[in-house]
Amino acid sequence: MTLLIIEQLLNGLQYGVMLFLLAAGLTLIFGIMGVINLAHGSLYMVGAFAGTWVATETGSFWIGVPAALAAAMLTGFAVEAVVVRRLYARDHLDQVLATFSLILIFNQLIVLIFGRAPIYTALPPAFSESVELIPGLFYPPYRLLIIAVGLLVALGLWGLINFTRIGMLVRAGSTNREMVRALGVDIRLLYTFVFGLGAMLAGLAGFMTGPILAVQVGMGEQILLATFVVVVIGGVGSIKGAFVAGIGLGVIDTCLRAFLPGLLRNLMPASEADALGLGISSMGIYLLMAVVLLIRPKGLFAVEG
Amino acid sequence: MTRLIFPALIFLSFLFLPVLADLLGESVLRTMGARIMIYAICAASLNLILGYGGMVSFGHAAFFGIGNYVVGILYHHYASGEPLWGLIPGSNQMLITLPAAMLVAGIAALIIGALSLRTSGVQFIMITLAFAQMLFFLFVSLKTYGGEDGIIVRRTNALFGLNMRDKTTVYYVILGVATLYFLALWRIVNSSFGAMLSGIRQNERRMAAMGISTYRYKLYGFVLAGMSAGLAGALMANMLRFASPDTMHWTKSGEFMIMVILGGVGSFLGPILGSAAFVTLETYLAGWTEHWPLVLGLILLIVVLGTRGGIKGLIDRLLGGRS
Amino acid sequence: MKRKTPWSLTGLATGALMALGGPALAEEPVKIGMITTLSGAVGYIGEDIRDAFQLAMDQNGGKLGGVPVELLVEDDGFKPGNGRQIAEKFMYDEDVKILTGIIFSNIAGATVPDVVDNGAIYISPNAAPSNMAGKECHENYFAVAWQNDALHEATGIAAKKMGYKNAFALAPNYQAGKDAIAGFKKGFGGEIVGELYTQLGQTDYSAEMAQIRAANPEVVFQFHPGGMGIAFLRQYQQAGLLGQIPMVLSEPATDAVILKAVGESAVGINGTAHWNWDFDNEASKTFVAAWKEKYGDRPITYYASQSYDTALLIASALKETGGVDDIDALRAALRKADFDSVRGPFEFGPNQHPVQNWYLVDIEMGEAGVPVTVTKELLVEGFGDSYSALCQM
Repeated sequence: MTLLIIEQLLNGLQYGVMLFLLAAGLTLIFGIMGVINLAHGSLYMVGAFAGTWVATETGSFWIGVPAALAAAMLTGFAVEAVVVRRLYARDHLDQVLATFSLILIFNQLIVLIFGRAPIYTALPPAFSESVELIPGLFYPPYRLLIIAVGLLVALGLWGLINFTRIGMLVRAGSTNREMVRALGVDIRLLYTFVFGLGAMLAGLAGFMTGPILAVQVGMGEQILLATFVVVVIGGVGSIKGAFVAGIGLGVIDTCLRAFLPGLLRNLMPASEADALGLGISSMGIYLLMAVVLLIRPKGLFAVEG
Repeated sequence: MTRLIFPALIFLSFLFLPVLADLLGESVLRTMGARIMIYAICAASLNLILGYGGMVSFGHAAFFGIGNYVVGILYHHYASGEPLWGLIPGSNQMLITLPAAMLVAGIAALIIGALSLRTSGVQFIMITLAFAQMLFFLFVSLKTYGGEDGIIVRRTNALFGLNMRDKTTVYYVILGVATLYFLALWRIVNSSFGAMLSGIRQNERRMAAMGISTYRYKLYGFVLAGMSAGLAGALMANMLRFASPDTMHWTKSGEFMIMVILGGVGSFLGPILGSAAFVTLETYLAGWTEHWPLVLGLILLIVVLGTRGGIKGLIDRLLGGRS
Repeated sequence: MKRKTPWSLTGLATGALMALGGPALAEEPVKIGMITTLSGAVGYIGEDIRDAFQLAMDQNGGKLGGVPVELLVEDDGFKPGNGRQIAEKFMYDEDVKILTGIIFSNIAGATVPDVVDNGAIYISPNAAPSNMAGKECHENYFAVAWQNDALHEATGIAAKKMGYKNAFALAPNYQAGKDAIAGFKKGFGGEIVGELYTQLGQTDYSAEMAQIRAANPEVVFQFHPGGMGIAFLRQYQQAGLLGQIPMVLSEPATDAVILKAVGESAVGINGTAHWNWDFDNEASKTFVAAWKEKYGDRPITYYASQSYDTALLIASALKETGGVDDIDALRAALRKADFDSVRGPFEFGPNQHPVQNWYLVDIEMGEAGVPVTVTKELLVEGFGDSYSALCQM
């Protein structure tokens, strides 16, 4: 039983860092530019397709990484310059619709370029076999790699935001946008930087999940809603919030699915327990968000502004 | 007087659309017309809270779907003869099913609204989305009512002994309901309640300072909108003779927002124009190219970035420029 | 129903020529309306359905059964309401009498009753939900692929035949998922040591993997269509379960496109099939060769075979009737199923759903480094469905 719990915690952690990679960019774009970017999932998809294509063509997973990062970042720059820049002064409604249109456009562009069928991503050879972490616990090393990368990125972001000049501007921007503008900072450059950074992280997440998920059209929307839940629970604009909420949600979601039906079966007949367990775990993240927002309407680590 | 010309024009075009459809041999126009009216009701109800009240709800399809399912479920129990929970008998009478759909959607809106309206801004957008998603997952897993396959409603609900198997009759029933609805909505937005909603959108703090319970008025608006969306959903179930969970998917909520924005946020007739534009685009683009989502996406993007006030704004500017 | 007035110039021109009495030109093509899903992640299925049908037409110079046909294709966008509207457009405005193409049960449920009530013929190349095979069956409705439940019953039979005594079953928490597990149980008859429902659209299956390992069943059955299935299989391998605990899959989880995306994670799994690319009959060989010639190494799915069969079936009926003016004759001709199916033996049961053979297949690594299904043995012969008893026409 202990082994099972450890394994599920690791699984939750892996899912959590993935959500964090996506949510980190989204929450900054939200917090600093005030833009709701539904197309964030599309950047994740672009990273996955570009990286996978390069990895397959070159035969090396590792060459796929910079390709995914570059493709997502360049797409991010383009999206920012052409569309998002015009949305800063608009209300949420226009932002939702404009970025919703971007989802339609990106999905169909991927169909035009790569076709409709899902594509195959190879695992890096060194990571394909399960390893025995502690006696009796076999675990896929690729998931450990994702966890490690996710934690490194978190550490890097923490350093960037707390100890660099640009990080200071980002912090200032998410607290008080008007003030940064008033200080004469080239706000446009800051915005482009933040958007590119967010896009790059999304692209990294997309490529990293390629070997464990399906790289296919519309893959962004599957994870988009969960990412938004993380951002909102964590508090818009807060990297710390995205980290805590991402990991928390990953672990809670995984453990609910793994243990809830079993626990409920101790309390009630099996069929009812299964139905209830299922219901709660499939609505789990939304339920959690609703509860958090009802207690703290601005999220857990809201940045006051 | 001049401001009545435009609504009258819209009403007349819907009135004569089936005739035109027959003349041209394009009966798809009649189906499109019916869909436009139904979506217009739903989009107008979203516009009430979104355009007038400033509440950006990303979960409006939840109420549309509930209305859809009330008709489906009542018909299911009518056909099987077994009452729901052994208590509520089924029905195929439109005079019962439409009010029932509005009632159930209204209750759902009361609960969801009461909780969601404690938040605002991005959080409000996301929490309404969350509730709609929960309902979506609930209906997808309901085996009794067909899960994701939905419920087939074999016959359109009966009304005053009309021949509801005739598509033109159903069309005019929908036109009748839509006309009544828009007349009622006209009175609502021009009442003190409508003014109150607009006031809250413009400056909630000021309204609160005047001693008005803004929460309560927003909730009234939310419930009203939910009921109207339920009505639209019930009409849709009657027209398609089918109820399914895709009516409450989050992309459906997105489509309703698209219609509102296309038509012109906060304008009374905007949702009708937006719904017409959306349905027309969807129908003809899909027939024209298999890559229609790309074209639709580009058109929407241009409309959002390039126009202010959607189609209604464009028309106003054109007319304004001429006079 | 009155004929639509020809408004277009070509229509007028044809009319003028007809008046002049050109006999060859008088033959207007028979219109076939195809409503299918081309959008989103499942769009590849619609693409295969469309292209395979077109392939059958191209092989015969744009004719089916010697009659010129025109294929109208429209994307339903995976929305039941759109399917219904396209059907109306086809029937009323284009005067289409034969419709086909729908992939998903929910879209079929919204669209098909309307089509058959209007006196048109609907021939399903894929989805065949249970109600339309039983109580709601209709003389104008034909299913060419299978009845939905048969897919999973066959897999249950396979697991039983392979000698497994207990199984662990998983599927998403929606109607088709529940039907899949029910169908599997019915065919299997053995003990179910674990039954898990996953979330629709779920991407991470690590929690499920741990539970499978803990339960240690003799065999795993899972039904996760599309991307969910790809993720499931890859994670099954990564968790070290592939090769440890055998798995059986139903046909939708092992189509050629999915296998290509899953890669080595699928090798060693067993599946079931009513058609496979390696079938040794003339019709199938012709089909596979024609596909390869036209589409190169694009994977050839069983969806494509079903659509190709649909075209062959229509061809056999048109050959007899010469057109669609007499619906009764057309219906009677279709019912005979007098064509060489790519699956070999094929006939319609009383509810106009297929009665056909099911085969056990192994998934092996193919030459191009892409896994392929290899036919092993006949599982069950002349297999229909249990709903035909409920059908009264």
